Amino acid sequence: MSVQTTEYAASEIRSPASFFANRAFIYGALVFWAFICLFPIYWTITTSFKTAVDVTQGHLIPFVDFRPDWKGWRSLGLSPDSIFRTSTVRDEFIKRFMNSVITSVGASSLAIVIGSLAAYGLTRYRYHFAWFKNEDISFFFLSQLILPPVVLALPFLVLYREVGMLDTRIGLILLYTLMVLPIVIWIMRDQFNSIPVELEEAALVDGLSIWGAFFRIVMPIALPGMVAAFILAMVLCWNEYFFAALLTSTDAKTIPVMVASQTGSQGINWWSMAALATAAITPLAVIGIALERYLIMGMTAGAVK
Amino acid sequence: MADQTLPTNAWPANAAPSDLISPGRKRLGRALMAAATVGLLAVIAVQILYKTEVDTIGFETWRPVVYAYVLWGVALGVGQVLTRGEDGQRALFLLPALLFTIAMVIFPTLFGFYIALTDWNLSSFSGRKFNGLDNFWQMLADPYYRNALFNMVLYVLAVLVEYVIAFGLALLLNAQIRARKFFRVVFLMPLMLSPVAVSWMIGKSLMEYRFGPAAALARQLGWENPAFFSNPITARISIMVLDAWTFIPFMMIMLLAGLQAMSREVLEAARVDGANAWQTFWQVTFPLMLPVSVTAIILRIIFKLKLADIIITVTSGGPGGATDSVSSFIYREYRDRSNVGYGTMLAMAYLIIIIIFVTWLLKFANRFVRNVN
Repeated sequence: MSVQTTEYAASEIRSPASFFANRAFIYGALVFWAFICLFPIYWTITTSFKTAVDVTQGHLIPFVDFRPDWKGWRSLGLSPDSIFRTSTVRDEFIKRFMNSVITSVGASSLAIVIGSLAAYGLTRYRYHFAWFKNEDISFFFLSQLILPPVVLALPFLVLYREVGMLDTRIGLILLYTLMVLPIVIWIMRDQFNSIPVELEEAALVDGLSIWGAFFRIVMPIALPGMVAAFILAMVLCWNEYFFAALLTSTDAKTIPVMVASQTGSQGINWWSMAALATAAITPLAVIGIALERYLIMGMTAGAVK
Repeated sequence: MADQTLPTNAWPANAAPSDLISPGRKRLGRALMAAATVGLLAVIAVQILYKTEVDTIGFETWRPVVYAYVLWGVALGVGQVLTRGEDGQRALFLLPALLFTIAMVIFPTLFGFYIALTDWNLSSFSGRKFNGLDNFWQMLADPYYRNALFNMVLYVLAVLVEYVIAFGLALLLNAQIRARKFFRVVFLMPLMLSPVAVSWMIGKSLMEYRFGPAAALARQLGWENPAFFSNPITARISIMVLDAWTFIPFMMIMLLAGLQAMSREVLEAARVDGANAWQTFWQVTFPLMLPVSVTAIILRIIFKLKLADIIITVTSGGPGGATDSVSSFIYREYRDRSNVGYGTMLAMAYLIIIIIFVTWLLKFANRFVRNVN
């Protein structure tokens, strides 16, 4: 399902003049939109190297307009001269960062495990669950997608307090799993549907059990789909703010909550905010560039029949 | 209820029939499930008695109930396999996700409906009081909630504009261009970034009134007073733009996949028949793309209905609630006023509105696609 190169459209154009006009328009539009996508990122990264004067005068190009300065990164304790010294801000940042890593990896893994199993069951077997059939069960899972976080947030706030899971990573992991589970099931159902049933039939004839066939035959084939679902789930969990803002306070706070809480207190420290924002978006930017293929695969699952 | 899971006419047909299972094993399985159920109910009962102070033995928090539920789930799974053999093994694929979702959705939602009927302010000492439909009447009279709902309508309508842009971008990426992979990665980038970081990067700094580059550009273009977030209309538009910036790639990728799955013969045929690019698009490409478009738009609307983080971080609903989405409004209702009961009532009402709206949307979209094709 990944997006592939297609070659056509050139033969549509008749005269050379209109050919060049057409090319110029296409590339112009592409470059324009690339600028729109990249400029905010560029602005954030450069701002993290600016001092107050450079920000207020709207300087844009490093080395030409202004002299880059480590001020923003120093305030996070991540600049070259402060990296080996103790820094409470850095400790705080690393703690939040690890919280984000643990919750998003934990939730994505849990969702992949139970989601893949459910998707496999739903594509291969027929269930009757009281008066629910397969379609109803699938619909039940997918319909969770429309559940807005705000509906669950307040009941969970109360429940988690009763259960003693408020401000814990496991509490966030469970909620995030719930949040990405419909998407995982959606992607994995598509994936399992594309695997021919004959493979498992042959495996069963060869004496494997149902679960043996699943683990030894189906799972390896479905692995790319699992990676795609995992990455998409990661992105959603990493960026989640609403639940994290309501349900965590000191121990389990994640990166987005930390970013959001910086803005209030004593005006905005542009440079340190920019450094923090840069640090918060870098992991996913890297994943996005390196694993773009899987992301696209995940997003287009089931979209095109 | 899961012991009613009876995979009939299940695939494959050569599964071990359940009469091969010895009666002893069946009995063991049933006993296990029964014991687990009794255990779970016992833990819950003890805890309720303890919390209502009828009893002195119990646990400090309700966490043991969670553990008991997990153990009950495991016992149920084992019991299924013991009593029903391969059928049980098949049920085992579905059970974890089902038990998880039921525990995480059904129970909290029901609990939520109960909270919605109480007068419960976390900052007051009186604790929770049942007050029937008071919250509901208060909600009907609340102009800010109505305003938030109206904003949601506007935000959802903005999806159509996003769709047009996303379709244009997908067409661009599908044209015969160099460096396609580069542009695809770049166009996908905004989707990867955390909305909170984005709201800071764009909303609070690029669009900053005094020295943000976007404000400077707006001044250059002749807008004398580019305060993006001080006037209700521009503030709403700014929020829409911010949200669009993050989510356009999502629709774009789906539409691009649709374009690439389209058969080239149809396009060739249109060209042979003498259609120009404009006609080809409207009479061939666009109708063929309708199913994908509808899927993309519906998914996007579903995500849009959850819109909160950008508003919370950029405007906190301001100026004067003009940019509030329902989620951000309820968030502040809780954060600033600790009004759990009323906030939950608003959330539950929103849930019902959403369910009705999305059901209607799906029906409408189905009929629409069928009529056109």
